[in-house]
Amino acid sequence: MTRRLLVIIVAIVAAAVFAVGAYVYQHSYADQQSRIARAESNHLVRPHSPVIGPASAPVTIVEFFDPSCESCRAFYPAVKEIMAKHPKDVRLVLRYAPFHQGSDEAVSILEAARLQNLFLPVLEALLATQPNWAVHGAPNLRIAWQAARSAGLDIERAQRDAKRPEIEELLKQDVADIRVLNVKQTPTFFVNGKALASFGQRQLDELVRTEVEMAKQKAAGR
Amino acid sequence: MVAPGDSQWGLLFISWLTALVASLAALFIGEVMGRAPCVLCWYQRAFMFPLAIILAVASFRADASVWRYALPLAAGGWLIAAFHTLQYAGVIPPALEPCGAGPSCTSGDMTILGGVPLPVLSLLAFTIIAALLALVNRRHDA
Repeated sequence: MTRRLLVIIVAIVAAAVFAVGAYVYQHSYADQQSRIARAESNHLVRPHSPVIGPASAPVTIVEFFDPSCESCRAFYPAVKEIMAKHPKDVRLVLRYAPFHQGSDEAVSILEAARLQNLFLPVLEALLATQPNWAVHGAPNLRIAWQAARSAGLDIERAQRDAKRPEIEELLKQDVADIRVLNVKQTPTFFVNGKALASFGQRQLDELVRTEVEMAKQKAAGR
Repeated sequence: MVAPGDSQWGLLFISWLTALVASLAALFIGEVMGRAPCVLCWYQRAFMFPLAIILAVASFRADASVWRYALPLAAGGWLIAAFHTLQYAGVIPPALEPCGAGPSCTSGDMTILGGVPLPVLSLLAFTIIAALLALVNRRHDA
């Protein structure tokens, strides 16, 4: 029956238009975000930010990150895996995007840990215990501090350090940069200033691989 | 099940197209463009999404009696869209909501394509669907 056929065709066409539209929108949005990041590259990487991996690596992943964010926690192993694949060529710059209640204090724990050269172990301890302390609407930072202590942090010193004005300044700067770069969710990744068109481990992995290959070609050409 | 005439089926089909476009547009704005729906938007979605499904089935089966099920949904959505439009236009004062409880129903974010207010589009879609279904009903009785 032609009516039935028409209904089926319209349903398929509508789904196809939606899918193509979504694809086009996401890519043009990522292009636009990359353009902003390129134009405002001083907002993308700040000297104050924690860096994981070799400082002079040719490929820089910038991750806008919230210690209270479940997706950041879930994504952390993927980022580590990608870093391990390119141990000499990739560095990770962490920018803070304190979108949740209590995130700012969690950031100050991380920054205090950085002063004691314990950034990574404390970061991993906070992420491991995140479900216990980062309850939405009712965060319990005492649990986060305890987790940091068991990762080896000198708590008395860290609690004094966490109140330092530099940390507040750093956080303010990161929040200001979030606005400039139009970062709306965590984690948001930029690889050498390029935004991900769609979010996912495979997409990040591919973009990093492309950038590493490009950097290697450039180095070989020189 | 009442087999509709050609023009009646056409009305039914257009009402489905309207619901389909409105539903996919709402999904696009929310999921692809990442603009979270406000509370009133959610209620309108709750009425529009089922319309896209049941009107599809009715168009497929050429079942004009669907107006009995679809018209109440369209009317419910229309009322909320009308309320939202009045609130957006500032005729009804918006309910005070604490910050961070979700996007505001009256902010400037409620526009698309350079300034067309979403509540007005929603009201338009529900109006078209309800009017077409009322016509389907009238021809159905005749």
